[in-house]
Amino acid sequence: MPKFEPVLLARVGKPDSQKLETYRRDGGYEALKKALAMSPEEVTNVVKDSGLRGRGGAGFPTGLKWTFLPKNHTGPIYLAINADESEPGTFNNRILMEDDPHQILEGIAISCHAIKSERAYLYLRFEYGKSYRNLQAAIDECYAAGILGNNSMGSGKKLDIFLHRGAGAYICGEETGLIESLEGKRAWPRIKPPFPAIEGLFRKPTIVNNIETMACVTHILNRGVEWFKSIGVPPDPKNPRDAGSYGPKLYCLSGHVNKPGCYELPLGVTARELIFEHGGGIPHGRKVKAVVPGGISMGFLSADELDIPLDFNGPGKVGCLGLGTAAVVVVDDSISIVDVLYNCCRFFSHESCGQCTPCREGTAWMTKILERMRSGHGTTRDLDLLAEVSGSIGIIPGTTICGLSDGAAWPVKNAIKKFRPEFEEYIASGKKTARVPVGAH
Amino acid sequence: MPTVIVNDKPVEIGADEKLNCVQAAQRAGVEIPTYCWHPALSVVASCRMCLIEMGDKKPDGTIAMQPKLFPACQTPVKDGTVIVSNSEKVKQAQKGTLEYLLLNHPLDCPVCDQAGECFLQDYSYRYGRGYTRLQEPKTLKPDKDYIGDQITLFTDRCVMCTRCVRFTREISGTAELQVINRGSHEEIDIFPGEPCNNKLAGNVVDLCPVGALCSKDFLYKQRVWWLQTKSSTCPDCSTGCSIRVDQTGDVVKRLRPRHNPKAQGHFMCDDGRFGWKYIHGPDRLTQPEMRSPQGAKSHDWDAIQPALRAALEGAVTRKASAVAAVLSPWMTVEEAYLLAKWLKRLSPQTRLALGPVRKEGGDDCYPKDVRGKALPNPKFTIRHEKCPNRKGVELILQHFQGSVIPFDTLLSEVESNQVDTLFLTGGDPKGWITESQAAVLGKLKMLAVLDLLKSPATPKAHYVLAGGSFAEKDGTFINHAGLAQAIVKAIRSPENARPDGRILWELSGRRGLFHATNLRREIGQEVPSLAALSVGDLGEHGVLLTERPTVAAPVRGEKVTAS
Repeated sequence: MPKFEPVLLARVGKPDSQKLETYRRDGGYEALKKALAMSPEEVTNVVKDSGLRGRGGAGFPTGLKWTFLPKNHTGPIYLAINADESEPGTFNNRILMEDDPHQILEGIAISCHAIKSERAYLYLRFEYGKSYRNLQAAIDECYAAGILGNNSMGSGKKLDIFLHRGAGAYICGEETGLIESLEGKRAWPRIKPPFPAIEGLFRKPTIVNNIETMACVTHILNRGVEWFKSIGVPPDPKNPRDAGSYGPKLYCLSGHVNKPGCYELPLGVTARELIFEHGGGIPHGRKVKAVVPGGISMGFLSADELDIPLDFNGPGKVGCLGLGTAAVVVVDDSISIVDVLYNCCRFFSHESCGQCTPCREGTAWMTKILERMRSGHGTTRDLDLLAEVSGSIGIIPGTTICGLSDGAAWPVKNAIKKFRPEFEEYIASGKKTARVPVGAH
Repeated sequence: MPTVIVNDKPVEIGADEKLNCVQAAQRAGVEIPTYCWHPALSVVASCRMCLIEMGDKKPDGTIAMQPKLFPACQTPVKDGTVIVSNSEKVKQAQKGTLEYLLLNHPLDCPVCDQAGECFLQDYSYRYGRGYTRLQEPKTLKPDKDYIGDQITLFTDRCVMCTRCVRFTREISGTAELQVINRGSHEEIDIFPGEPCNNKLAGNVVDLCPVGALCSKDFLYKQRVWWLQTKSSTCPDCSTGCSIRVDQTGDVVKRLRPRHNPKAQGHFMCDDGRFGWKYIHGPDRLTQPEMRSPQGAKSHDWDAIQPALRAALEGAVTRKASAVAAVLSPWMTVEEAYLLAKWLKRLSPQTRLALGPVRKEGGDDCYPKDVRGKALPNPKFTIRHEKCPNRKGVELILQHFQGSVIPFDTLLSEVESNQVDTLFLTGGDPKGWITESQAAVLGKLKMLAVLDLLKSPATPKAHYVLAGGSFAEKDGTFINHAGLAQAIVKAIRSPENARPDGRILWELSGRRGLFHATNLRREIGQEVPSLAALSVGDLGEHGVLLTERPTVAAPVRGEKVTAS
């Protein structure tokens, strides 16, 4: 297999890559010109035909989402860009925003044209200071160059992009939580329906897309649908609901690997290839114990499941929730799975917004149970209790409003199912590994 | 008609009714437990107590059920909706939610005010699992020192249904309460220095389904299972909120609002809620008094009533136009009718005036905006007319006299000696007569005062009749919109005071006992403008005067619900 030439990351690391001048030199804003020459419906169709699926976690087809907007709507339509990248292990958006913000802004401008929006809100995670500075500088450059403003690119259309910093909450990455937060309210996800495409930000039709999705839109317009479809995995003919996994994807590799980092690879690369060929294997000659396929809310792959492809369907085949944000976190055999799981649960109980009872109380309870287990007071009955609690929370059983609790439940479900012997051994040995956990605040 | 199937039982709903699954199930007599849902507030579907299984009945008779659970409060019903609330899956979900709600709940029912009317208790009993599997310490949240003058918050008992938060945002519009923190550390709180002191604040206590928000006034006063409750009507303004009067041992403990779509809706204001203290106050007239010219006094009803009647009848014989009565807007329709009819029977020349109608500012409408200005389409109104029954008394006066004489006119007639015999009724607990007005009364040859509290008029009176408060009598109040509602006797009058209706019944020489329902029928048949009262029993929601009586006057003792 020939080495994949990065597209999204092509300019990352080059000098002054965040500047408009260098972006223009590399052929920037040509895609926007192309798009503005087309009608909005044509742009939407191009994106729809490309099979682009949202990079934010759920993998919903982007073009299809755009067509959910009401037809012939007279009032404003908003585009909200989700840059509240809070899933543990994920940093692909950060790299794009810090090193190549114009690529994103171009994608936003194209998308706004496609959905007939004059206003985009970019909801940025508070912790990303450099991203904020670089994005704001890029937006200012765009206004000065006439790319944004009352006459965007001389098309006579109005386009404004507002950069909004969040205040540090995981739940603001949920699309309706993000909308509530943008409106200045507590980020409690909304009841759906109505979906944001019908009634979203300020009660107007709103499309919420991820940063990486926007970058992909730029390249689809630049290089065409055929190019995009030549990368990745076509739909599984046996699964009529599979929309395929086309295009390049930014994999965030972290944890116990020799070369952690953000790798741009075609969708469908296996975890083994990513870890051992690109990531340089596990340090100190240790073995893989578990791999998080796409942010800890997606669950765990065990060591013998590393050959499944990391596309939108692959992780689901072995009981994970999905591809998520493609943040691959490697856990080697020096770490107890109990500690890993405790860390996950602690994160989610801290980040639960507290709106729905099962998630608010369930995540905190699971953390308490694991805390007790780690202080040497666990019983095997606790495993069944953990499995029961994690099975009863989420939108899949229908007990919560948003999907955060599915994400909170999944690592528990996966860990208990795939690593039960280790839990039992841990409990039987009366081990105490309670120490300062890392990662979660 | 659209048909909804609730637990295999078909129930019809109105064609243009917008019901959710909870309401549809209620129609079928099935209770779906809820915490966060309240018919007057927006839907948040966050407590997850009302989870049900839902499906659709296709025209061909097949039923397609959805694979996951749905919150009943958020799910609208349409023709063919199938609701299942008694399946094993639903029961498991209910058990689960209750277990979660009780995880960090202190279970301090023995010292909790809500115990006995607590939805956590009730639902745990009906739907819960009865034991906890939590082995870890509970998450403790300290109680709040101060969140308002009338309400207190036990943070640890809270189930985060956010009804109170939504109430202050949507109904009062004052938005003092909010949710702080996140996850299981979440609490209800106020913004520092901005306590919840709006005039509707007391309602959050009723809204709270658990013992988190308690009324400072009622706190630790009585276990609720000892309370005896009567449905009544609030007397503090002309809105006439439907209320419940809770009492034990002839002492009122609290008033609560009662849902009445015809009157005020679900809520009541704090003026009314806490405004009943005077009925047990030190200024209460507790016994009748007769002062003869020699100065001798009597406190015996049996002596006073015949003497007063004789004095009044004598005065009418002497000069009927010099005899007058003032009918207070705090009287019930029945009392006004008895007094007016008695005097007019003695002589049509006797004069009837309307007592002083206390008005304060303008109507106080809610919700308010951030600057305290009322928004359009008010959801709750505290009226500026601070008496319950001006309309009813006026209708009586118009029937018997054709016109309504204002109180001031009558006083000037007293001053110019046109009137020398006066029957005064009071009842306004905030005072209805000033010292200077009362000074005029000294000129009267005979003054009888029927009142609740001591007033400047009482020392001038030759006959003081100790009447009853709204909680001590049966009768009818007609509110600003012409809605006739019943007030019901909840307690006995203190010491030797008597309900006004009984006093006037006996004074006017009627036989038998005062019985509000029968008297209401009599009024309905005699006074055309009050024909709606001929139903007798006004029912829970009262009767609008514009409503034609649909039921013929029923036989005595028969229970009739108003249409």
